[in-house]
Amino acid sequence: MPEPTTATPTDPTTATTAAAPPAAAPLRTRLLARATPWLFLAVPLAFLVTFTYTPVFNMLYYSLTSWDGFGPDQEFVGRANYTELFTRPDLFQVFFVSLFYLASGAVQMLLALYFATVLSFHVRFRNFFKGVLFFPYLINGVAIGFVFLYFFQPGGTLDSVLGLFGARGDHLWLGDPHLVNWSLASVSLWRYLGLNFVLFLGAIQSIPGEVYEAADLDGANRWHQVRHIVLPGIRPVVSLSAVLVVSGSLSAFEIPYLMTGGANGSTTFVIQTVKLAFQFNKVGLASAAAVVLLAVVLLTTWIQRRLVPDEGVDLV
Amino acid sequence: MEQRSAALLAVALMSITAVSGCSGASGGGTGGAAVAPSDPASVSGTITVLTHKTDLAGDGTLDRYAAEFNKVYPNVHVKFEAIVNYEGDVKIRLNSTDYGDVLMIPAAVPVADYPKFFAPLGTPEELDRKYRFVDGGAYDGQVYGVATNGNATGLVYNKAVWKQAGITGWPTTPDEFLTDLRAIKERTSATPLSTVYHEGWPMTAWQSYLGGASCDEAANDALATDPAPWAAGKELNRIDTLLYDAVHQQLVEKDPTTTAWEGSKNQLGTGKVGTLALASWAISQMKDAARTAGADPADIGFMPFPAQRDGHFCSVVSPDYREAVNVHSKHKEAARAWVDWFVDKSGYAQDEALLPTLKSGAMPAELQAYQDAGVRFIQLSQAKNAEVSTIDNQSEIGLNKPDYRQHIVDLARGAGGGGGLEGYFADLNRKWAAALKRAGS
Repeated sequence: MPEPTTATPTDPTTATTAAAPPAAAPLRTRLLARATPWLFLAVPLAFLVTFTYTPVFNMLYYSLTSWDGFGPDQEFVGRANYTELFTRPDLFQVFFVSLFYLASGAVQMLLALYFATVLSFHVRFRNFFKGVLFFPYLINGVAIGFVFLYFFQPGGTLDSVLGLFGARGDHLWLGDPHLVNWSLASVSLWRYLGLNFVLFLGAIQSIPGEVYEAADLDGANRWHQVRHIVLPGIRPVVSLSAVLVVSGSLSAFEIPYLMTGGANGSTTFVIQTVKLAFQFNKVGLASAAAVVLLAVVLLTTWIQRRLVPDEGVDLV
Repeated sequence: MEQRSAALLAVALMSITAVSGCSGASGGGTGGAAVAPSDPASVSGTITVLTHKTDLAGDGTLDRYAAEFNKVYPNVHVKFEAIVNYEGDVKIRLNSTDYGDVLMIPAAVPVADYPKFFAPLGTPEELDRKYRFVDGGAYDGQVYGVATNGNATGLVYNKAVWKQAGITGWPTTPDEFLTDLRAIKERTSATPLSTVYHEGWPMTAWQSYLGGASCDEAANDALATDPAPWAAGKELNRIDTLLYDAVHQQLVEKDPTTTAWEGSKNQLGTGKVGTLALASWAISQMKDAARTAGADPADIGFMPFPAQRDGHFCSVVSPDYREAVNVHSKHKEAARAWVDWFVDKSGYAQDEALLPTLKSGAMPAELQAYQDAGVRFIQLSQAKNAEVSTIDNQSEIGLNKPDYRQHIVDLARGAGGGGGLEGYFADLNRKWAAALKRAGS
């Protein structure tokens, strides 16, 4: 079975060129044929440039000014914001909080992998379970914030459920500084597990069924199949998820911002940046922080790719 | 949310580049004062009023005010645009020319920038004869905003709970206040004081006690030159120490990090919570909450911050949002007419039980009791407000932001890391002094 699991989509440019009439065709037709892919690309490219690259370049520029966020004056201050950022350890300490999200991200990937594997086999009610696992991802963050606020209240849902099992602890899940980041990170795990799961499931299902059949004939059991077929087969998706988890944990924002507003030692780098920009009107400094975050994410991604190169998958 | 904030930032940033050009070009060109019309019938046009009062816009109250307004100014059509996230949205819209004809000045706009965004309404001397709170809306000899109403600082409390604990009078010192809270804890089932820490913004009420605790009208201005506002014995030190002690002696809710605002209103209304540190605007909301929950709205009381000077309490009265006229407005006369009418004649303050801006306006019943008890209303001088807010932002302390007092609560319940309250005060002093030096240079 020489069929690759990840098919490379045919490049639209080459496809059109190949389909273009030979040189004998009139110049207009040839020009049009060449322009067609660009015309198709024009709209998405315009959106991309307007809504992604222009703001990024603006941000780079703001990071070199002492702009307050609304006034017309944008004083150019050169590297001053970056100097301030790198000479104030308190601004970088918050990256420590990301470790909690990194840990929960690792657990999240393991769980997602487990569920994806189990549900890729013929299990009873598998579609129901798929729905259950993916559902949290569809709920909006504000609702999640509210639900978990009651969940974590003293004597709330979590305490009651623990009480049923005899664990009558008296925990302040969000109040205890040693617990708050674990609580928030686990909410984030609950929320993003579904997305991870769907990615893995899709990858697993793209492995052709014949491979399993052949393995069955060779006497491989389920564990062997997982170890030698599933895991190698979905490697690119696993490494993509790892990149997403790492960058997500570095830039964790929504869950902690909604639930604690960064209080009680749960401030992440992005929350801090938002506060600098919108509470203290230091948009210049905040932009510099955002640029640094971007650099850190790019750097970790690069390191990750160097450590675990993305090789082609060949199951045969 | 990452995406949302990124998008928000992006939009904000882009609109600014687009606009910095035009505001730079127009600067002063589109100026021109918003003068009150002499003949009401002669003004015409459609004006848009940006408002943060989404509740009043929703239930038609504002439209009723507009209808009243039209009896005097028949040719002016008033449209309201209620904005839920008022501060954030309007701050961004200020970068365009499209921010209504009349708007509430977002708190984040530095006073020195007022002339760039708003039309002058008159000299401070002229308006001061009529209105309270003229000071803070004025810059360089011109007034740019008139407060819609004022608020008086204090604490809302449940009279029934305090009575049940055997307390008859208002506490006059922080120690007495703590003793009373302890009595409530011992003798009733109520939580003596709720911080509403989780919501963040209710904690900023503690900043409003500045000046009231010392009966010093220059308390805010003093911050502009004081390198150590948290030194022992100073007012901020005393206010924060009271908050710290109340939390430290476990006189507040058990888990401050999970208390929600709506729940707190209900709990105060029904006597499950004894006290909330909130200004006078909260009274009518608490009464509503009590009524909704089937409790007696008459149980809701309002007391001053527990500190006296020369035998009387002081309560700082401060302006709410200031109404201003867009400097780019095409209907400045009509806009000015609305501002004047709303503040002078609408009866809004009395309807909502708020302190009227108009000096001759009638005091609502809720505050009448306050005055009868001999509480002195004082107004903080805003002369150095611009300097203070510059230092505040520079130091990243955030006197009016929740984080700084949330941290005090964290320290008090043993969750804020090492250093304790004294360490935190030292840290605040150090940051303030550094920012003061930088702002001064």
